[in-house]
Amino acid sequence: MEYHLKTPLKEEDVEQLNAGDIVYISGIVLTARDEAHARILEMHEEGHELPFDLEGAAIYHCGPLMQKKEADQGAEEWTVVAAGPTTSDRMSKMTPELLKHYNVRTLIGKGGMNNVAESLKGKCVYLAYTGGCAALAAGSIKKVPKVHWFDLGMPEAVWELEVDEFGPLIVGIDTKSNDLFTSIKEKARESFSKK
Amino acid sequence: MTGNITYDAVVEATFNIIKEAETILPEDVVKALETAKENESSDVARSQIEAILKNIEIAGNNSIPLCQDTGILIFYVEIGKELNLDFDLKGAILEATRTATQQVPLRPNAVDPITRSNSSDNTGEGLPDIKYDFVEGNQLKITVAPKGAGSENMSTLKMMNPTELGSIEDLIVETVLNAGGRPCPPVIVGVGIGGSFDKAARLAKSSLLRDVDDMDDDERNVLARINSLGIGPMGLGGDTTALAVHVGRSYCHTASLPVAINIQCWANRHSSVTLGGDE
Repeated sequence: MEYHLKTPLKEEDVEQLNAGDIVYISGIVLTARDEAHARILEMHEEGHELPFDLEGAAIYHCGPLMQKKEADQGAEEWTVVAAGPTTSDRMSKMTPELLKHYNVRTLIGKGGMNNVAESLKGKCVYLAYTGGCAALAAGSIKKVPKVHWFDLGMPEAVWELEVDEFGPLIVGIDTKSNDLFTSIKEKARESFSKK
Repeated sequence: MTGNITYDAVVEATFNIIKEAETILPEDVVKALETAKENESSDVARSQIEAILKNIEIAGNNSIPLCQDTGILIFYVEIGKELNLDFDLKGAILEATRTATQQVPLRPNAVDPITRSNSSDNTGEGLPDIKYDFVEGNQLKITVAPKGAGSENMSTLKMMNPTELGSIEDLIVETVLNAGGRPCPPVIVGVGIGGSFDKAARLAKSSLLRDVDDMDDDERNVLARINSLGIGPMGLGGDTTALAVHVGRSYCHTASLPVAINIQCWANRHSSVTLGGDE
């Protein structure tokens, strides 16, 4: 099945998705990788409010390559040069805690994630984008409304990206704990042991 | 004898190969991906390779990096022994790296290993990584191979026991299996057998520079075994997990058997230039 979804996402938007389905996303996606995840959890711990809204959010595991241009009245304007997905599994450890506190509806990345299926259950899906397809992804990013936490450096900052029909994204882990990556890896391991 | 080899010429030539490597995938790799697309039996797998090929086309047409992870830069420099280079060769390569970071542009990836502070220009102690070699003749050859972290992090080095010769193949296949979709398959697998702790790793990495289709029977057999696992492009299942297995060998100590496996994502980026000679 193929779906075209708009952010912010509702619970029913993601509940209907099954592992292996194809999804295209429009609206705002927020990039976050290792350092941003750590800071989100730290701020939550300390009771601070985040500078961006994670309700119904799409989090993109991505450290984009951006370019700054001077816009009118000296305002800064960023454009995306390249923005493919980074390896999601690095965020696996922090994801369950993140999903406990915020209604993030989708995580977008590459390579799959370990031990997160339980925390995604009933509320969030993992979508896989083709790794390395940074030039292709940049084409579907229409605007860069904001950047947060630029002090973390260009790849680690949280970028708000306005996307149009971003995809094709493959549902890797659905809300019912079906995990495409794990089932493929299990089959591979079986065939490896048999030789 | 240096001919037309000057500091400025090296900066310019090095900048050009960095830009080429980051934006245009070598023809042999593109062909291998096209063949893989034809042979894929899974729709999802084919959609992944199609996206990759579309991405390669957009990047090439618009001169933008193939992947946002523009990597850390690995240089291989071959210096003709008849040359007498009376300028700062390393400085020229560093300058080209800084200029390329601004102008290609490249993502600033170089950080201090402990404080993680970013140098913002892709240089820093030990980076870019430059390997020098002296060769016959009067030419200077510079090759750049940008290496992204997604695949690099999935690499392995094992100091094996010499009696474990028979399990080298298992180690290679299992490394690819454990990596799954994380290193952006279809991958190219560089293997170094022998040498020493560090030389095996260097051999594994330099093996990635070989033409994709340049494989002997042993290498093709390991490739077939990897592809029979069904991990597929991006770990989403399919027939193509790897495009090539390239093994480099070196004599080693009689008591040791180092084996290194360096995984390379589908974006097997590299580009070379030769300066000087008899023109």
